[in-house]
Amino acid sequence: MNAVRGWTPITKADNIPLREGRAVLVGDAEIAIFHLEGRYLTIENKCPHKGGPLCDGIVSGTKVVCPLHGQRFDLETGMPVLASQPGCVAIFPTRVDDGVVFVDLGGACKAGEEAAA
Amino acid sequence: MTTQTMKQQLVVVGNGMAGVACVEQILKQPHNFEITIFGDETHANYNRILLSLVLAGEKSPEEIVINDIEWYQTHDIRARLGVKIVGIDRERRVVIDEDGGETEYDKLILATGSSAFIPPIPGVDKKNVHVFRTLDDTRALLEQARPGLKTAVIGGGLLGLEAARGLQVRGCDVTVVHLMDTLMERQLDSTGGEYLKRKIESLGIRVMLPQQTAALFGNGRVDGLRFASGEEMEAELVVIAAGIRPNAELARRAGLEVRRGIVVDDYMATSDPHIFAVGECTEHRGQTFGLVAPLFDQGRVLASAITGNTGQAFTGASPAAKLKIMGVDIFSAGSIDESEPGVEAVTYEDPALGTYKKLLLKDNRLHGMILVGDIEDEHLYMEWMRSGTDLTPHRRQILFPPRDADPGREVADMPDSETICGCNGVRKGDIIQAIHARGITTLAGLKESTRASTSCGSCTGLCEKLLRAVTPDFQEETRTTLCACVPFSYEQLRDIIRGQKLKSVEEVLNVYGNRKGCEVCKPALSYMLDMVWCGEHEEDRSARFINDRVHANIQKDGTFSVVPRMRGGVTTPDELRRIADVADKYKVPMVKVTGSQRIDLLGIKKADLPKVWAELGMPSGQAYTKGVRMVKTCVGTEFCRFGVQDSTRAGIELERRLENLFTPHKFKMGVVGCPRNCAEATVKDLGMVGQEGSWQVVVGGAAGKSVRKADLLITVETTDQAMETCDLFFQYYRENANYLERSYDFVERLGIEKIRKETVYATDADKKKLLDRLARSKALAKDAWLERETPVHATQFVQIQPMEVQRT
Ligand SMILES: Cc1cc2nc3c(=O)[nH]c(=O)nc-3n(C[C@H](O)[C@H](O)[C@H](O)COP(=O)(O)OP(=O)(O)OC[C@H]3O[C@@H](n4cnc5c(N)ncnc54)[C@H](O)[C@@H]3O)c2cc1C
Ligand code: HEM
Ligand code: SF4
Ligand code: SF4
Ligand code: FES
Repeated sequence: MNAVRGWTPITKADNIPLREGRAVLVGDAEIAIFHLEGRYLTIENKCPHKGGPLCDGIVSGTKVVCPLHGQRFDLETGMPVLASQPGCVAIFPTRVDDGVVFVDLGGACKAGEEAAA
Repeated sequence: MTTQTMKQQLVVVGNGMAGVACVEQILKQPHNFEITIFGDETHANYNRILLSLVLAGEKSPEEIVINDIEWYQTHDIRARLGVKIVGIDRERRVVIDEDGGETEYDKLILATGSSAFIPPIPGVDKKNVHVFRTLDDTRALLEQARPGLKTAVIGGGLLGLEAARGLQVRGCDVTVVHLMDTLMERQLDSTGGEYLKRKIESLGIRVMLPQQTAALFGNGRVDGLRFASGEEMEAELVVIAAGIRPNAELARRAGLEVRRGIVVDDYMATSDPHIFAVGECTEHRGQTFGLVAPLFDQGRVLASAITGNTGQAFTGASPAAKLKIMGVDIFSAGSIDESEPGVEAVTYEDPALGTYKKLLLKDNRLHGMILVGDIEDEHLYMEWMRSGTDLTPHRRQILFPPRDADPGREVADMPDSETICGCNGVRKGDIIQAIHARGITTLAGLKESTRASTSCGSCTGLCEKLLRAVTPDFQEETRTTLCACVPFSYEQLRDIIRGQKLKSVEEVLNVYGNRKGCEVCKPALSYMLDMVWCGEHEEDRSARFINDRVHANIQKDGTFSVVPRMRGGVTTPDELRRIADVADKYKVPMVKVTGSQRIDLLGIKKADLPKVWAELGMPSGQAYTKGVRMVKTCVGTEFCRFGVQDSTRAGIELERRLENLFTPHKFKMGVVGCPRNCAEATVKDLGMVGQEGSWQVVVGGAAGKSVRKADLLITVETTDQAMETCDLFFQYYRENANYLERSYDFVERLGIEKIRKETVYATDADKKKLLDRLARSKALAKDAWLERETPVHATQFVQIQPMEVQRT
């Protein structure tokens, strides 16, 4: 296994069903990994509105809808769909290697901020 | 005999769109006419254009009436419906009807429209070969349409495609057979036609082209088509949509000048000064017509001319056409002939998106356009074309004119002269003036007073935007479509799912929707699939709300609540002990008796759910879902001194019969042993109220955000009869309510009379069908909490732990 800087193996890709998300607690960060038609995307598992578990939301294209009050976030950018909503969620670079989902935990990035090195 | 003071007789032959629109214009002018309209259809004037939507089930025949019988009466118009005119005696100025009756005229308007062209192919007279022109044609098609019916539509123009889609939505197995190698070749070029073909095919309609039909075969009834190539194809129903022919025979026999249509001048006069013509029956400067917009212009011109105000002349029409198939966006206008000298074409295409745009420019002005897949800029382009705007400054962005982020700007920026409704020639200024002058606040009001948005419907969106922009009290009409992702009504979706045999949410969204879906439509479609297929659908948990993925109710902190089923609100010491043990062991923050006579354990972690259920050893109470909640009961004859029926036992039995089933919205029941109603059965979705020797079954009650006393459905003698009645109503509600429609809204919407007629007073055969479908669903319904043993996915409840970082 070639564990690159910050890239952490999280779980088998099979563990995340199509068009659903799953939460994983890594250290003290809770992330939500989503599986979209062959692609895996990771965001922080905490809705900026009132902390809803985004992993449990319904996926609509590349958006996820928070199960608590229905705010939507783009899984690709972490941005809220409506500009009027406050806050965005962090996104993490994600790839699949040999059937395992790797997340670059050091690569968290919020819209408008530069990726941490 | 007419004198100056007597009214002049105006006779109109043809009670269709153009003729009546012209009469409407005449009524707006000072005139001295007594008007008689003959129509050989038996219906009042209706909107022919919308027959496509009637066929597709998007509108009912009643909804497409333009002028109802009252309208004729109010305006003192003699309507002679179902009467055909067979001759004109120009000498004596009379028209002669089928029965030999004669009607005098001073002025005569011929508005006979056109008829479907039937190509001279052997076999077109066979049974089950139809055309698509009138309401009666539409009704005949609807009578035949059924799922799986092999259907061929001959002709791949606007009309043929709309007919094909309408029949396909009704479940027919449809093939479009087109003579040319491009669909809609009068409006599209070959590239546009190819895009359209792909889109139509993706809807599940087969397209064969170029394919010349040589004969229809079959013994009396049509069995199929034989093509010029020698190939054959099976077909139990054939629709011919191969073009139209002006109805000019009457005029020809009367000796008027007729070529393809009745020849008219710029003021709609024929070769006889007392006779005029409007509509599809006419030919003007060598042009005949097939769309209504220019016909309404003709009507305006004629109305002025015939009332002696000759002014504006009719100068012909620039064609504009839009396909009325939801999800297939096609717009074409102006000249699409690229070979014309001086014409240059600018094109853009994106095969993945299915978008194709072609603009034809001449002298830097817009001359024609083809828009496929993306027609959002249609209005801007039409305005450019109408006004002859010099496009030099727009050339760089001409295919993607900048759109304002604020959608209201689009209408705000339109000049008042811009046409909003092309069909009825209503301009933005007219609409704004009407809104102000009459205080209009609804689309319906706007339609009534301006006629905008009353023909093809493509301008509805704009009209609404204008209303929203101009009037602060704009009231949106309640939408019946499910959501923007799948823009169909609930009824249509049920038909589509059934007819097209769609078994999963993905399939529905891919073929009829935007391929994405959202949190509104996905759960709704999940419900519909489950209901339509009685549980034999392909369940897709990703389309369900989290509650239905883990069978518990999500709370504000992301934990879940657990409510076990406690039928009839009856429990045992044993159960209570287990509940107490679970509450202790999992440190449940709150244990609460609910309003539904059962116990709620709140604050449970997702990963603990399977263990909690196992240790409770009780089934799911479905407190988290749109499904059967509970039956609340009173103690009834067993203990109560007033009780006249055994409500507790009946309630437990009722809960057992219906538990684990899903419903459009949550479904609560109650059974009480006497009219004192201690368990509040009359404010439940379904209730049984015990009487001496009988049960009242009541439906549509509510005691939530709204409070409503249930309606009495029926009174029956035995408990068995009451149960069967409950089953009937329950399944009827499941099949006919819109998703998220509570029974109390459902009962009010349909009316208790209709519900009685279709449940308890239905024929035994229909009742049996309802009960059979309920039984099928019930046979597959399971206690959802058993998924603790057989989860649908390995991580359904499991909290994923990160892998150990592996070392090599
Ligand atoms: C399914 C369908 C969809 C269409 N969609 C569109 C669309 O999207 N956009 C568009 O612009 N156009 C559309 N059209 C075309 C549009 O409906 C016609 O252009 C329009 O109806 C023509 O109006 P008209 O009054 O000339 O003829 P009609 O509406 O046909 O009216 C003529 C009437 O005269 C009656 N008549 C004929 N002869 C006699 C007689 N001798 N005695 C008594 N009565 C007689 C006929 O029965 C008929 O009722 C569509 C047509 C159909 C059938
Ligand atoms: C072939 C020509 C057209 C026909 C036959 C036609 C017919 C109609 C009809 C019947 C309606 C009413 C729909 C209803 O009952 O809800 C309508 C609405 C409308 N039309 Fe047209 N129209 C045509 C062309 C156009 C054009 C070219 C424009 C714009 C330039 C336009 C804009 C509108 C608008 C904005 C509405 C309101 C839409 C709605 O109610 O959904 N129409 N039209
Ligand atoms: S409803 Fe009637 S039978 Fe039931 S508990 Fe009340 S009084 Fe007794
Ligand atoms: S009444 Fe309101 S606050 Fe109370 S449980 Fe119902 S929804 Fe929640
Ligand atoms: S917590 Fe996500 S929308 Fe309220």
